[in-house]
Amino acid sequence: MKEFALLFRQPDYDYSNVSPKDFEVITRKWQDWIGQLQSGEKMVNNGTRLANEGKVLRAGGVITDGPFVEIRERLGSFIIVRAADLEEATTLAHGCPALDAGGSVEIRPLFEY
Amino acid sequence: MQQSGDSLKQLFQQEFAKMVAVISKLYGLEHIETAEDIVSDTFLTASESWGMKGMPANPTAWLYAVAKQKTLYHFRRKKLYDQKVMPVIRNAQPEMDTTEPDFSPQHIRDSQLQMLFAICNPAIAAEAQIGLALRILCGFGIDEIAEAFFSNKETINKRLFRAKEKLREEKISLEFPPDADLPARLENVLRIIYLLFNEGYYSKTQNRVLQQELCVEAIRLCLMLTEYEKTNRAETNALLALMCFHASRFEARITPDDELILYEQQDESKWDQGLIRQGIHFLELSARGDRISTWHIEARIASWHCIKEDSPQKWQQILQLYDQLLEINFSPGVALNRIYALYKAKGREEAIKAAQELDLTQHHFYWLLLGELQSGIDNEQAQLYFKKALALAKTIPEQQGIKEKIRKLSELH
Repeated sequence: MKEFALLFRQPDYDYSNVSPKDFEVITRKWQDWIGQLQSGEKMVNNGTRLANEGKVLRAGGVITDGPFVEIRERLGSFIIVRAADLEEATTLAHGCPALDAGGSVEIRPLFEY
Repeated sequence: MQQSGDSLKQLFQQEFAKMVAVISKLYGLEHIETAEDIVSDTFLTASESWGMKGMPANPTAWLYAVAKQKTLYHFRRKKLYDQKVMPVIRNAQPEMDTTEPDFSPQHIRDSQLQMLFAICNPAIAAEAQIGLALRILCGFGIDEIAEAFFSNKETINKRLFRAKEKLREEKISLEFPPDADLPARLENVLRIIYLLFNEGYYSKTQNRVLQQELCVEAIRLCLMLTEYEKTNRAETNALLALMCFHASRFEARITPDDELILYEQQDESKWDQGLIRQGIHFLELSARGDRISTWHIEARIASWHCIKEDSPQKWQQILQLYDQLLEINFSPGVALNRIYALYKAKGREEAIKAAQELDLTQHHFYWLLLGELQSGIDNEQAQLYFKKALALAKTIPEQQGIKEKIRKLSELH
């Protein structure tokens, strides 16, 4: 078994119309998906959420406040899963709610030391 | 307050409104849309994070902390933009304060009350006031508001947008009205709360849960007013009593198939005695003021309706109350209701005579009432009246009820 990081990227939501129902639905989706990974003992670490703010350091020492908000997709958070190979890890990523929101999941194997 | 037992949905409805009020209070009503966005974003962050890690021990504190962070981030960026970028483009330099939002219970309550006064502003059309109240004070989604008004999302979005524009144009600020203006402003707030309640009670939508939520929200907003000394006036308590009395019949007035059960046929064991007692409690409190408002009279009429047994005294009292109500405030609906009370107190003949004087031919209740009064005296005439009512009735349960009456009468022939 190898370990893989799943990195979720999501476009900015349409904030104008979030309702209690939507909130429940999205929460439930994440719960279901994570629950599925946990019950299959595929979850290694459910990561840390990244806050919206931050800084970007570019070559030449230019530090900016962004540009997470301006880019179409921002990195939301990550989890680490256990899978036999990249194929299986990709299968696990199916069902990630970020996909429903028009986002993407990047699947990257972790280095083994 | 017990937090862990709250469902996510309840948490959203409670906290959305509070956070929008506090942030708008801090940065001004012209930023109400930004406040909504920040709070929505907070909930979306929560939905992802809680879905993955489970709900935190104190979800409210979590929400406040994240909203605070997002608010500061947003307005700090905006300040930077306004001060560093804008002056280069043109010489405008609006000062933007970046103090922290204050989510203390005291401040939340004040901000929400001020928001209630700001939204229930006569400058905005009544329907838009209700829509804004549902969105900003009750945390409803656009879909739900559209369903409640039996309208579509686009219309509601446009309506809310125009209302927010109006808030900006009129430079309405989040403040308590000066003491001298308070009674008049409160009157408008109470009227909007009652319209909100009616939107649920006589709803155009068939969605039972939604209907009930609208009524509960109206009662909640009114309760909020009683918790603040200056707005805890006699008329506030009277309206609260009125809504409690009406709401007590919520379960008894609709069949499982969503058909309306008329008062006469309701099973009174389904009336919510707890709400009736609450109603009586607030009615007593309302009597401590020095004036009688229409809410007082309507609440007293409603309280009589919570006693099922008919007695001459009951209908005599109700008739007198309707007479008083008409004197203060004439409305066709009240005049029609008065005729029903007249019929119960003094018999059909007098009621028919009074009804014919009214001439409210565009109103389906008018024909319904005339049909009801003529039933048993002149059944053919009664059927004609019911058919006119049917042509004007707007909702399906009402139409079904009227058809049923026509069917019953034709069986008698």
